[in-house]
Amino acid sequence: MAKTIALVGNPNSGKTTVFNALTGANQHVGNWPGVTVERKEGQTHHNNQTYRVVDLPGTYSLGAFSEDEVVAREFILTGNPDVVINVVDATNIERNLYLTTQLLEMGTKVVIALNMVDEAEAREIHVDEKALAQALGVPVVRTVASRRKGLDQLMAAAAATIHAPMNGHVELSYGKAIDAKVARLRAFLAKGDFPYPQGWLAVKLLEGDEYVRQVVSESPALFELKTFRQFWDETVIHAGDLQLDIVDGRYKFVGEVTKHAVRRPEVEVETFTDKLDRVLTHRYWGMPIFAGIMLIVFQLTFAIGQDFLGEWMVVGMDYVGEGLDRLLVTLNAPGWLLDFASNGVVAGVGAVVEFVPLIVILYMLMGILEDSGYMARAAYVMDNTMRAVGLQGKTFISMIVGFGCNVPGVMATRTLENRKDRMIAILINPFMSCGAKIPIYLVFIAAFFPTHGGIVLFSAYALGILVAFLVAKVFSKTLFKGEVSHFIMELPPYRTPTLTNVLRNMWDNVSGFLARAGTTIFAVVSLLWVLAVLPTGAEPYGPASILGSIGQFIAPIFTPAGFGNWQAAVGLFSGIAAKEAVVATLGMVYAGVEEGAALVTAIQGAFTPLSAVSFMVMTLLYTPCAATLGTIRKETGSGKWALFSAVYAFAIGWLLAVAVFQIGSLMGFA
Amino acid sequence: MEYLSLVHLKEGDTCKVARIQAGSSATRRLYEMGFNTGARLKVLKNDRGPMIVGLGGHKVALGRGLAAKMLVGRA
Repeated sequence: MAKTIALVGNPNSGKTTVFNALTGANQHVGNWPGVTVERKEGQTHHNNQTYRVVDLPGTYSLGAFSEDEVVAREFILTGNPDVVINVVDATNIERNLYLTTQLLEMGTKVVIALNMVDEAEAREIHVDEKALAQALGVPVVRTVASRRKGLDQLMAAAAATIHAPMNGHVELSYGKAIDAKVARLRAFLAKGDFPYPQGWLAVKLLEGDEYVRQVVSESPALFELKTFRQFWDETVIHAGDLQLDIVDGRYKFVGEVTKHAVRRPEVEVETFTDKLDRVLTHRYWGMPIFAGIMLIVFQLTFAIGQDFLGEWMVVGMDYVGEGLDRLLVTLNAPGWLLDFASNGVVAGVGAVVEFVPLIVILYMLMGILEDSGYMARAAYVMDNTMRAVGLQGKTFISMIVGFGCNVPGVMATRTLENRKDRMIAILINPFMSCGAKIPIYLVFIAAFFPTHGGIVLFSAYALGILVAFLVAKVFSKTLFKGEVSHFIMELPPYRTPTLTNVLRNMWDNVSGFLARAGTTIFAVVSLLWVLAVLPTGAEPYGPASILGSIGQFIAPIFTPAGFGNWQAAVGLFSGIAAKEAVVATLGMVYAGVEEGAALVTAIQGAFTPLSAVSFMVMTLLYTPCAATLGTIRKETGSGKWALFSAVYAFAIGWLLAVAVFQIGSLMGFA
Repeated sequence: MEYLSLVHLKEGDTCKVARIQAGSSATRRLYEMGFNTGARLKVLKNDRGPMIVGLGGHKVALGRGLAAKMLVGRA
């Protein structure tokens, strides 16, 4: 059985870089059971031994503040890791060691990876790792994970610690009064039977940790003791008052430890980060610079992802389609199978696959912004604007991710600690025009606004953001009242992004997208194909097919919006399954082709410029796709919110599409 | 010793954290991020929008509402 190493560390400590450097391509991303926290696991080798490496969520503490913290500490306490590698940022050692003190309280075997020592040296922060190891009673190894330095020594220390007996335990002192209570509680807790160390339980009880209080209060043996009941009622129930003293106690311990082991310069060295921040977080320039960066990101995404690589994918898919056709013909496959293969599978899945380069590029660029440290500045710059609509700056990051795809956009709201923020952020994310809607706009642009493509596309994004802001404002005044959440965000130093991190992050997202294309979207296009060719005898994709009947049934509600024909209704219907399916469906019902010039001509015949605009507004805003709704259900923990999202977004889309068409008609547009 | 709210400090000022009067979870979060009693801060930015303070050589952005609830003394 492979030994298990758990990785623990602060956000921005370089923990992910250590994880990527140790495990390389041997990674698996999943979810911790029951919670929406990502679980990353991988394998590494040292001296012909294989080790399992579990990357725990990055946290400042191991309390019960967030799901991340609970997941991390549960794994350390009950997941039986053989050793914990605590990644400590050498440039910010005091705060990082705060987390270390909690690992020591837990009585786990710890090895410290003193990371980013190169940056620390550059800032004249000198850490004596031997003195540090002595004071903490655990091995300390200097590393620069981004350049793979010190990793062998780190693994050697981890391997040695696994086989060594538990080393000398360091006792923390929280001040006389609290220490006495801890001792008293430990004596009591020894009588119970808990799967956690007594010392840790005692401290957590005094910190007012709800989770631990629950665990202990479920022990009948203890509560039979009158003295314990008395102590519980007098001390533990009001223990929350002590929590800040305990935090101070830990920091005092850290202060003692670092007093001899860390030397800082008298005057802090002005860093590249300080200089850059003076521009990027400037009170006037910050916002335009952010807008400019986003513009460049989207321009590059389309230039490289769509125009360049996307074209190659189209050629490739055509080739695959023809090959599949020829193969089926030589195999004497029946006609319906041929039709299914070319019109169902290749057309449907192809429409999605052609889109992969675009999201690859988008995620790589976003990964670069994230890894470089700029994302935190974006949140900072946006905080004022977001606050005006009842949200906070961090929310904007999830909105940006939503421009790629709403599924990761909704998942990106996990960084929001406040429930109100998170719920609103989830519900407005689908208004961010995702990449899958772009092909729809492009078809209508080609048909009606070939010379104003940029403006139209830009307007779509702007309208989406505007609607999101308005809806957020309304929600924060009605559905989710409550205090405005506080903005606390670390601004990490700017760093050169590492290629592995950027590629890794991209692949985690793109592979999820491909998995959906292979399953959900495949199922959806198959179903649409079946609906389009049945009943037998009816013209496939004609008005008499099941799909046509559905379209005719719902079309009248779109008459006020100017596109009350069954083909448009069918297009929107398929878009609820997957936005990628809209263009392919429109192509089949209007022209009997998937895309291209024939579709553009057919669209010119079926729409007017005005109804094209109202159709685009509808497409932008109406019901999110099935995958997004599924994610909303998972992330909110309730199908009701998914249903709510589906219905209210439809209503808003419909209202605005109708408004555009009616007002436009009155003003004399057609 | 007189305490004042962090928002009243100017860029370049240094101070020590005395007391935080925010809600209990926000207070705890701040403590755990290093804004504990006696922690030395340097105000790096205080114009509009969140403040940016230097803490142990690192930068943390703090909403103004929260900064208003942080009482500090001169370092």
